[in-house]
Amino acid sequence: MAEAMDIVSIARQTDRITTTELIEAIFDDFIELHGDRAYKDDAAIVGGVGSLNGQSVTIIGNQKGHELEENLKRNFGSPHPEGYRKSLRLMKQAEKFNRPIINFVNTSGAYCGVEAEERGQGEALAKNLLEMSSLKVPILSIIIGEGGSGGALALAAGNQVWMMEFSIYSILSPEGFASILWKDSKRSGEAAEIMKLTSYDLLEMEVIDKIIYEQKDDQKIAQDQVLNTLKAEISDEISRLSMKTAEELVQERYERFRKF
Amino acid sequence: MRLFKKRPYIPIQKTNVDADKAPFVPDGLFVKCPNCKQSIYSKELGQERVCPNCQYPFRISAQERLQLTVDQGTFEEWDEDVISTDSLDFPGYDEKLKKAQINSGLREAVVTGRATIDSMELAIGIMDSNFIMGSMGQAVGEKITRLFEKATAQKLPVVIFTASGGARMQEGILSLMQMAKTSAAIKNHSDQGLFYLTVLTDPTTGGVTASFAMLGDIILAEPGALVGFAGRRVIEQTIKEALPEDFQSAEKVLEHGFIDKIVDRKELRTMISQLLTLHSR
Repeated sequence: MAEAMDIVSIARQTDRITTTELIEAIFDDFIELHGDRAYKDDAAIVGGVGSLNGQSVTIIGNQKGHELEENLKRNFGSPHPEGYRKSLRLMKQAEKFNRPIINFVNTSGAYCGVEAEERGQGEALAKNLLEMSSLKVPILSIIIGEGGSGGALALAAGNQVWMMEFSIYSILSPEGFASILWKDSKRSGEAAEIMKLTSYDLLEMEVIDKIIYEQKDDQKIAQDQVLNTLKAEISDEISRLSMKTAEELVQERYERFRKF
Repeated sequence: MRLFKKRPYIPIQKTNVDADKAPFVPDGLFVKCPNCKQSIYSKELGQERVCPNCQYPFRISAQERLQLTVDQGTFEEWDEDVISTDSLDFPGYDEKLKKAQINSGLREAVVTGRATIDSMELAIGIMDSNFIMGSMGQAVGEKITRLFEKATAQKLPVVIFTASGGARMQEGILSLMQMAKTSAAIKNHSDQGLFYLTVLTDPTTGGVTASFAMLGDIILAEPGALVGFAGRRVIEQTIKEALPEDFQSAEKVLEHGFIDKIVDRKELRTMISQLLTLHSR
């Protein structure tokens, strides 16, 4: 098995599949919807409506770019408060129209900047967590690359939380973690081992419910095949969750996080 | 190998000073105000522990806060047996916890329970920055969650004084999960039409800001309290420039619309009492 820091590197690779590419590959008729209706549209989060096997769904995710230019536009997938407020607007809209929600998480964290603070980054994250806890529709969150801190959790407070095999999910980046605890960001490799941020560790701890595998017998599985599996798994899960009543969904989501 | 043998230092004879004749200077007679940097005669801070020069409210312990806030003798503690464990086998964490417990006299970074203020019953949580910087791990998250669950069952309003550096790093991802757990419990409490008041004290940051601190129906803050999500150093490193001193002060955060009111510590109890009254009829 690869060392934790190797997986961190894979999770961060700029050629890794992005949210918009996943949407393209898995869903039909996607229409992107913009803006938080209060301040602006945050390109670090994309969201909208589409369909999955004929069922309408809401899809939201952090967007990173393959190239620097797009990454600058997307702020490397690190949202400002308006990004989270947009996501919440779309999730509430999904609830109104009884659509399941699928969130793709890929962020090193909510953006740490002056304007993000001034516009209430903490409040925006907290509000997502509060409101998501009572949404009457299924929420399936999948970490596809980096899942960093509260900025990841604010899209990952779902009924089901999955990870792509080579993604990571943690309280902080290994660099930040090493810098806080040992005042030395160069000890990130050591930090990554201790932090239990790999999909294998997190499945064992029941922080996540499923791993979408990207390799078999040390051989990389072809991307098409991974996407087919992912689509099949998402379809099954959404059908399964859609059978539940609103009360069951809310109660199960409560218990899912209550156990930690 | 005599060459490398450490030679003993010359011992200095300890002189016996006659205790009666030595000038008596007790510890902590003067304290430096962290805000205005003035040296203050500690008695001048008063019971409220407020700087007489700049009105900065010093950081106080959960015990001191209780004494200033609730009716005397009414506090009944809940869940004091909920304590952190080193569930990730984090190097040195067990010792850190033990040390924090000895130094602070607390078992965890938050004290929760039931009390009255001017005879009005409430559930109250007080964080204490003396315990690993008030950081939130599983025990803090659990105590806050139970506070809301019990308050919901007993139909009580909740008042929380926040003071936290954020998530407890040594508990990793399990600390992160506390943000979702506490927020969900607050939602249930809120949906019953019950009142939740937060008082942000110095410092309130990170995962606590991004969960229960910012979810009050009404959010008060003490003057000069540091309130933010990301730490100043992290932001400075991200944007590569220095930030103004008061960048994350409660006063600035109020200006940006995320705090309802800043209240001097001396008036806090009266304000809480008034708000509880207004929400009880």
